[in-house]
Amino acid sequence: MRDVAIVSFSQLPSVKVIDAADEPELVQPVTSDAMRQVGLTQDDIGFTCSGSTDYLPGRPFSFVAAVDGLKAFPPIRESHVEMDGAFALYEAWVRLLHGDIDTALVFSFGKSSLGPVPAILNLQNDPYYVQPLGLDSISAAALQAQALIDAGKATERDFAEVVARNRRSAVDNPNAQIKGDFSVDEMLEEPYISSPLRKSFCSPLSDSAAAIVLAAGDAAKRLVKRPAWIRGIDHRTEPHALGQRDLTRSPSSTLAAEKAGLGKGQVDLAELHAPFAHQEIILREAMGIGDEVNVNPSGGALAANALMTAGLIRFGEAAARILSGDADRALAHTTNGVCLQHNLVAVLEGE
Amino acid sequence: MSEILSAPYALEYTYTRSTGPVVGRFLESLRYEVLEGVKTADGRVLCPPLEYDEGGQPTTGEFVQLRPSGTVKSWSWVPEPRKGHPFDRPFAWALIRIDGADNAMVHVVDAGKAKRMKTGMRVRLRWADKKNGTIRDIDCFEPISPYLPSPVHLEYDVNPGKHYTAYLRGLQEGKLIGGRDPEAGKVYVPPRGADPMTGNPTNEYVEVPDRGVLTTFTIIRIPFEGQKLTPPYCFGAIVLDGAHSPIYHLISGVPHDDIRMGMRVKAKWKPQDEWETSLENILYFEPTGEPDAPFDSYKEHL
Repeated sequence: MRDVAIVSFSQLPSVKVIDAADEPELVQPVTSDAMRQVGLTQDDIGFTCSGSTDYLPGRPFSFVAAVDGLKAFPPIRESHVEMDGAFALYEAWVRLLHGDIDTALVFSFGKSSLGPVPAILNLQNDPYYVQPLGLDSISAAALQAQALIDAGKATERDFAEVVARNRRSAVDNPNAQIKGDFSVDEMLEEPYISSPLRKSFCSPLSDSAAAIVLAAGDAAKRLVKRPAWIRGIDHRTEPHALGQRDLTRSPSSTLAAEKAGLGKGQVDLAELHAPFAHQEIILREAMGIGDEVNVNPSGGALAANALMTAGLIRFGEAAARILSGDADRALAHTTNGVCLQHNLVAVLEGE
Repeated sequence: MSEILSAPYALEYTYTRSTGPVVGRFLESLRYEVLEGVKTADGRVLCPPLEYDEGGQPTTGEFVQLRPSGTVKSWSWVPEPRKGHPFDRPFAWALIRIDGADNAMVHVVDAGKAKRMKTGMRVRLRWADKKNGTIRDIDCFEPISPYLPSPVHLEYDVNPGKHYTAYLRGLQEGKLIGGRDPEAGKVYVPPRGADPMTGNPTNEYVEVPDRGVLTTFTIIRIPFEGQKLTPPYCFGAIVLDGAHSPIYHLISGVPHDDIRMGMRVKAKWKPQDEWETSLENILYFEPTGEPDAPFDSYKEHL
């Protein structure tokens, strides 16, 4: 199999509202910067793939408009997934395995500030049995969190400690939205939104965009000194109906991590995409990530969560630490769907 | 100030959805208040029914009727319902395993307060008044209480007897009547069949004044079934002047902090035209303002 690596990463700072930007205006700064970092232009890119959802701007086919943020003439090979940009990265990785092209541009964008995100995410639910009830994303996650508590696997204090650690780590991340020292006791005093979830146990909603350039084999070595090689990457999904799953476990993460080769060695860090605090606890158990691993040095989704983009940012944050030489082996993870239904895991390595 | 233009915008899709033989049958049955599950090839029952089980096997198309009750597997209390939620009062989301099924249904529990919610609790289905063939034909689930209402109702004719009749007739005229044991001289209010100290009938009636000493009291702060008054209120034992046993009545017209043993009190009567053969002719006892009675003067009545 061809070796494929992440060679550059660019992101917009995640903030509550980016007013002055439609889709092309979000995309252009990050795609051009990611290419510029490795001396490429759109003409050098073999395949371009993006991840976003039209329900965020409420504008059908907004992903088509986003192409205006690229140079698309002469016409380019382009694709899109209605998922987080990390799944676009997976598609680009598969495309590079064909062997006929050497580079790919992956990007994603999410303006969470425009619409009612928890209600939009109800559209992920079963349209016959669940959607008509109005199960918002926070309440769905709350059913999972309560199940975790009932199973004796975690407490609300554990949730608060996960949040405190992530937001403390985010202090060093100029792109994070919520960062600093947050008191566990004060978080536990917050009112419930949907019990047992309080506001701090949920990720903030952010506006952002991100881009990554992938390169294969020698092309990667020509572009950067130390590519972040994708040593393994796999994604798995679980049944859709919440009532068919054990919500306290994540067998899809377990299997994806195993197929990605996580167990072949120790990782220095893991960037986990856990939009709710309790989900980090489930993911760590599912993938066997111990206390010795630096989880979410960027602060993770609990510090900044631009929908459809926060997952690709996990890949970028993990890769950046390998590109810089600060880490040798890292795990990048992205989730999709309700209550961790679908999980993508990659293992990245330096030389 | 942002220079970027902004305007409200609503997105709607007026789609319809075909339901198919499995989902369609389940939803149609709800119209008739029938709850059904579908059998899987390996003999399990799914409610709500699915076309395929999680192993990818088609379900059998064999439906079984289920009891409209179940067990909560997980839940989330929503103290302040948000736009799009099925209730505008606090409620719980829940995963409910219907009795006889092997999976769980997402629905809501109308429990009134979060304290009633517990994983493992039993719930029963409540049907919506109007059906339209959707999952919302199930209005919600409600807690099944482990308690069974068990009221008893028996009708009697009460005869208070000679002495109590004399007492009640006295009250009708605004008098407090006691019965005296002619031998020992003790006066019991109300009169009783016999002086418990001597065994003699207390059939010599005497009138005692509507004032006396508050010997002891309690302040009721807890609500209970059948309560007529709103807590807190004070109930006390009063030994009327010239009597040797207490009557029990409300103490009012005084701050609770000022109520004390030995306080001199007098009856506050209802208007005379409302008098009946009842101690309720006295609304309550209130302080007279006289000096307190010494403890030794009433200690034998405690």
